[in-house]
Amino acid sequence: MAHSKSHSHGHEEIGHVVPESTFLKVLVALLALTVITVLAAQVDLGKWNIVGALLIASVKASLVIAIFMHGKYENKIIWTYIVIPFILLAIMIGGIFTDDPFRVHPVPFGAQAQQAPAAAAPGAAAHH
Amino acid sequence: MSAVAHPIVDHNVPAGEPPHIHHMDTVTAYGAAKLGMWLFLATEILLFAVMFCSFAIMRYYHLAEFHDASKHLNIWAGGFNTIVLLISSFTAAVAVTKAQKGDNAGVVKNFGISLVCGLIFLAVKGYEYSEKAHHGMFPFVWNSDFYHYKNFLGLYFCMSGLHALHVIIGMAILYWYGIRPAMRSRFSGKYYTPVELGALYWHLVDLIWIYLFPLLYLVG
Repeated sequence: MAHSKSHSHGHEEIGHVVPESTFLKVLVALLALTVITVLAAQVDLGKWNIVGALLIASVKASLVIAIFMHGKYENKIIWTYIVIPFILLAIMIGGIFTDDPFRVHPVPFGAQAQQAPAAAAPGAAAHH
Repeated sequence: MSAVAHPIVDHNVPAGEPPHIHHMDTVTAYGAAKLGMWLFLATEILLFAVMFCSFAIMRYYHLAEFHDASKHLNIWAGGFNTIVLLISSFTAAVAVTKAQKGDNAGVVKNFGISLVCGLIFLAVKGYEYSEKAHHGMFPFVWNSDFYHYKNFLGLYFCMSGLHALHVIIGMAILYWYGIRPAMRSRFSGKYYTPVELGALYWHLVDLIWIYLFPLLYLVG
């Protein structure tokens, strides 16, 4: 009834009706992924800890956008609005990390010299 | 004369009917409202994106500090809050389906659960903040024992504080645009735009926390 005509603009509904059972499945998946994130963080994987955590978070975020926020059923214009901020975020992060680590900072960055990643930043190392 | 007698959006209609909109049909108005909401959500994501950039660069320069400082956060409180927000997001999504089926009582109930979850989230957050305050873990307090955690703590309080502000605003939206009109049987399959847009805002709050929790509490 309610969802049989959900792909057309029926007389009663103007948007897509997602059955509540779908939302429940997504909730279970999100809770399971949360448990996996917490468990994965207990194992020391070095720099892969943050990569794994961000990957799992992105899977969770995709589920929320696609199902909870009805993103799966939206048109291309809305999808443009969904994707653009993430592209801009990637450009910002990419821009920061292709620029700042290679600069020679006039003052050593931060008070704790032992934490300065001199080895990873050739520009900063040249300053000493 | 007509400008006053016929406002651009006229909500003076029978319950369940969409408002009269001066220059649009109902379906166009629904699509336009949703598009506008997504544009606003894009600016919200970019607001937090700047903070995530700050976090990335500060973590790059102060890796050891971030690792140590994040161990002082309460994983159980953060994990509990994650679960609370996920459940509240689920009920907000269900409320939209309820509204589409014309079940106004279902909107009140499900948005009500989301609102209570928001309160629980804020209570736990307040407990965490008071714990931090008790131990002097505030950023930029120069004589604190935790002054050397100032970069992490500064970002922690900024990011989680701005997020908590969004939780408060989201609760107001859920009540004002969802629960209150639904108690007057305002929504139906023909008109549920405020429920869907309010739920979108609430999902965004959840979305931000999905990234904040692992970054602040788990990997540091």
